Amino acid sequence: MDAKNVKYRLGKSYGFQILTYILAFACVVPLLAILIFILKQGLSKINWHFLVNVPKPVGESGGGIANALVGSILIIIVASIIAIPIGIMAGVYLSENKKSRLAYWVRLSTDVLQGVPSIVIGIVAYFWMVKPLGGFSAFSGSVALAIMMLPIVVRSTEETLKLLPDSLREAALALGMPFHRVIFKVIVPVGISGILSGVMLSVARITGETAPLLFTAFGNPYLSTNLTKPMQSLPLLIFNYATSPYNDWHDLAWGASLILLLWVLFLNIFTKIVTRKWKVQL
Amino acid sequence: MESTIIKSRNFNASFGSNHVVRNVNIDIPRNHVIAVMGPSGCGKTTYLRCINRMHELIPGATCSGEMKLNDENIYEMHPIFVRLKIGMVFQRPNPFPNLSIYDNVIAGYKLNGIKLPKAERDRIVEHSLTRVALWNEVKDSLNKKGSFLSGGQQQRLCIARAVAMEPEVLLFDEPTSALDPISTSTVEELFHELKVNYTLIIVTHNMQQAARVSDKTAFFFMGELVEYDETKTMFTNPKDNRTQNYITGRFS
Ligand SMILES: Nc1ncnc2c1ncn2[C@@H]1O[C@H](COP(=O)(O)OP(=O)(O)OP(=O)(O)O)[C@@H](O)[C@H]1O
Ligand SMILES: [Mg+2]
Repeated sequence: MDAKNVKYRLGKSYGFQILTYILAFACVVPLLAILIFILKQGLSKINWHFLVNVPKPVGESGGGIANALVGSILIIIVASIIAIPIGIMAGVYLSENKKSRLAYWVRLSTDVLQGVPSIVIGIVAYFWMVKPLGGFSAFSGSVALAIMMLPIVVRSTEETLKLLPDSLREAALALGMPFHRVIFKVIVPVGISGILSGVMLSVARITGETAPLLFTAFGNPYLSTNLTKPMQSLPLLIFNYATSPYNDWHDLAWGASLILLLWVLFLNIFTKIVTRKWKVQL
Repeated sequence: MESTIIKSRNFNASFGSNHVVRNVNIDIPRNHVIAVMGPSGCGKTTYLRCINRMHELIPGATCSGEMKLNDENIYEMHPIFVRLKIGMVFQRPNPFPNLSIYDNVIAGYKLNGIKLPKAERDRIVEHSLTRVALWNEVKDSLNKKGSFLSGGQQQRLCIARAVAMEPEVLLFDEPTSALDPISTSTVEELFHELKVNYTLIIVTHNMQQAARVSDKTAFFFMGELVEYDETKTMFTNPKDNRTQNYITGRFS
């Protein structure tokens, strides 16, 4: 091999390296672009007044998104109360019974559920809950979102617990612990950081879901905390107000978008911190 | 005549159709150290795990025959009660990584929801750690996680955790095979101390260790108990030629 050939090869390798840098950076660009854009549009709209007031009627300027904030928080809390215990228990089942028939079907159905488009879940919730109950309700929205959270919580719990060594379980069993104590006093506490990270990512995931809420929580221009009645939420507000012809309402939508984005960003960063801090060193 | 604490008659254990412990008859005397030896795969671990009913936790695992603790059939007792009476120490130290040293020692109480007054807990922790010669090394760092200790210290912590439950029998499955020589000799010294209060059954591949620490030795071969005698007799004058072959290193 002569020197020229080596140079050529080195050059090619160098060029390839640069290409990977560029492409890696390209992955960051969308997030940065969105963040900057929404910040520019939304930041000036956000102030205390914006957070504690409900939207004003058309034509009046000002107003805020308090109804959507409260609604989103309530709907998410109820969805979490439904999905987290079921999801963690199912995840525990899967990690404890790796090869059972039921485990196979649970795994398959959570995988499929994860891929079901959210609008389909919305329609189903509409037919199962809104119609029989005779009206839109925040609770039916929570159920729809809980169904979306479930597979994430189940699988992240399973993945976390599967990685724990058998010796841990044996140590507990050899001390005469009954099965439920082995699970709740040893296995879950040791895996807590992984379980929590799944839970928080699932919350981040559903916060912005709009489609399932269109047919269920529906939206509400006023502040409501009644779970059996329609309720506003951030994504619904953005959807309704951004598509309206009024500039004041567009402002509300931009501000709400920024809040939503910051919340998801916060959850992701918080998850990273918590998982690092609560990680049990094996 | 010394009193028998563990007694097996025609004891068998299997994994599905794999019959790995065959017709074992043994009387284990109280307050003695019993070494269990034999080539790899001969069923030592399986037999040991039958004594505290850990064997049945493996899917497909079965056993039959008589296994008694103080003349009470272990397989008619509640498994949880059996495991409180018969403690176990594993090959690899396995302290609870989420618990402090202190909590690891009283894990059997704490995690079982047995409430004890603080003074009592303190007493158990100090007593148990003293029994395993770890108290002086860790008394100033009881609140640190157990997993920060060295391997040998972790193993002694695990022994302390078993001792804290005041069992009658302690089972050890190759307790020093993951430890360095110095930690090994520390643990071996413990056996002499512990047999005053407990009966120790120790699976080991290390013949010197068996000779050093045990009063009696049981030799397993292909699932059968082929010889069981005073350790001295066993090493100087084995009756079965399979034992003879093993201790002279003709197969391992
Ligand atoms: N979890 C299990 N499932 C199925 N078969 C097993 C299991 N554990 C052990 N066996 C089988 O049982 C037999 C006895 O194994 P055991 O672990 O009791 O041997 P051992 O004497 O402890 O060996 P070693 O000295 O290597 O630890 C082996 O043939 C092994 O293949
Ligand atoms: Mg073994």
